[in-house]
Amino acid sequence: MMAATASYPRRWRAPGLFGSPGRRLAFWAVVLAYLAWSLSTLNIDTARVLAGLPRAWTILERMVPPDFSRWHLLLTGMAESIQIAIAATIAGAVFSVPLGIAAAANLSPRPLYLAARAFIVVGRTFHEVIIAIFFVKLFGFGPVAGLLTLAFSSAIFLGKMLAEDIENMKPGPVEAIRATGASFGQTFFYAVVPQVLVKTLGVLIYRLDSNLRHSTVIGIVGAGGIGQTLSASFTRYDFDFASAILLTIAAMVAFGEWFSDWARRRLR
Amino acid sequence: MAAEVQAAGRPRPLLAVEGLAKVYPTGKKALGGVDIVIDRPQLVAVIGSSGAGKSTFIRCINRLVEPTAGRVLLNGQDIVALDRKGLRAARRRIGMIFQEYNLVERLSVMQNVLSGRLGYVGLLAALRYRFPPQDIQAAFALLDRVGLAGYHDRRADALSGGQRQRVGIARALMQRPDLLLLDEPTASLDPKTSRQIMRLVRELVAERQTPAIINIHDVALARAYADRIIGMKDGLIVFDAEAGSLTEAALTQIYGEEDWSSPQEEDEDIPAGAAAMASLGMTS
Ligand SMILES: Nc1ncnc2c1ncn2[C@@H]1O[C@H](COP(=O)(O)OP(=O)(O)OP(=O)(O)O)[C@@H](O)[C@H]1O
Ligand SMILES: [Mg+2]
Repeated sequence: MMAATASYPRRWRAPGLFGSPGRRLAFWAVVLAYLAWSLSTLNIDTARVLAGLPRAWTILERMVPPDFSRWHLLLTGMAESIQIAIAATIAGAVFSVPLGIAAAANLSPRPLYLAARAFIVVGRTFHEVIIAIFFVKLFGFGPVAGLLTLAFSSAIFLGKMLAEDIENMKPGPVEAIRATGASFGQTFFYAVVPQVLVKTLGVLIYRLDSNLRHSTVIGIVGAGGIGQTLSASFTRYDFDFASAILLTIAAMVAFGEWFSDWARRRLR
Repeated sequence: MAAEVQAAGRPRPLLAVEGLAKVYPTGKKALGGVDIVIDRPQLVAVIGSSGAGKSTFIRCINRLVEPTAGRVLLNGQDIVALDRKGLRAARRRIGMIFQEYNLVERLSVMQNVLSGRLGYVGLLAALRYRFPPQDIQAAFALLDRVGLAGYHDRRADALSGGQRQRVGIARALMQRPDLLLLDEPTASLDPKTSRQIMRLVRELVAERQTPAIINIHDVALARAYADRIIGMKDGLIVFDAEAGSLTEAALTQIYGEEDWSSPQEEDEDIPAGAAAMASLGMTS
């Protein structure tokens, strides 16, 4: 009996990330070689970097007492950004429901599912800023382009999250409700909605928060809101006004984050 | 038994299953032509090893699993031939009870019970939980009957397993079904609760004159509470008789000789390892 045990190995180690020491060496060698190569090709001009530093200093100096005298401009831009964010979140949410259902493999027929997934993949390929540039070209400068941009990307994002939630729900309750003779709509509202509602609301609030942040960025390419005001102040070298705008944006984003956390905690 | 119910001169069987077969898309032949007739309200237990096709059989009856061939006649109407609308109407008359209860956990007990009536109300009424007063009354009465009076506003995820299964039973009975299907309703419950649930089901079958088909792994429970036992093996019925006539020989026929002691997958060569474990004192 003891002989049988003695023949088993006494040493065992968890497998490493690279499998063998040779492969680990090769990995680090490749990483170092790449770093050396990219630094040599980037052509970092030390003289230009050094010249930029004092310029950064003068800009910072001119920003220092932030200038809130044009507060009405600031307020209008801010209100526009917030309105864009809220309207875009609502519009996105409305469109995300059919999109999410269509993109859920366990609810939607195969061809519709594939079409919806393809739409989501294409929609997610482009960053908000790129979509904003496109919509600005279509509808001109202003908040309409911004609203459409964020509504579009919100619908895609919320639709994808909803589809994933629906796919991860428990199939049992759905089956049970279907077995009572309920229609598709009834099954959806009785078995699917209760399972995904809380998480979906959480995602919605999160999206409102991030739309608030996005709305400041897309303004820079001319899609309305405080971002447009900011970009204008930079081109006019109004650095003290720009710093006032930046401070206000920071305050709003912080508030949005706090609100989003607070609201999502209360959802439990 | 005293509760034995005799149906007086029914013109046709309550349920007749003819040549019911199912081949899954994987190519697995789970049901190979099953025939049964239920001509009176009785509790029919289906036993058989894991993978014998019990769940497939029960799910083919209300077409949660689409059968490949065969007929399911409920009060003379072939369920397999129905279109979607007809199927929904037929499903209203078949109550189903699940091992995992399958309640909607975020909803209250009352909402879960009332969902048994969904087949009878429109979408808008269902959305606002506007059920007819007689449905609400029936729901309260059923909750009382299954021993859950006063629990109507509890959330389903705040109940114990036995209580959840009672809600599941009440939901199925809300349909006023002509047939009850139960897929291992006691498999997640302790022995005492299991017996209570079996007793309840048996009483309900007698009270409501509704036949019930119940998949069950516990042969003792089946013997104690069922009127009739069907044994399945490899997708076929190999035993179908009164509960009292289930002999050891019949059990061997259903479960097979070797199934009594070892798992059904192909035996692996474990003796050497077992000896080594014994020498390390790792087996009790
Ligand atoms: N959706 C499915 N796709 C493919 N094969 C399936 C599917 N469902 C069941 N099967 C197979 O069909 C056979 C019968 O399964 P079924 O679930 O009916 O058995 P069961 O008797 O209910 O078993 P258990 O006692 O474990 O619940 C099994 O071999 C199973 O692997
Ligand atoms: Mg089963």
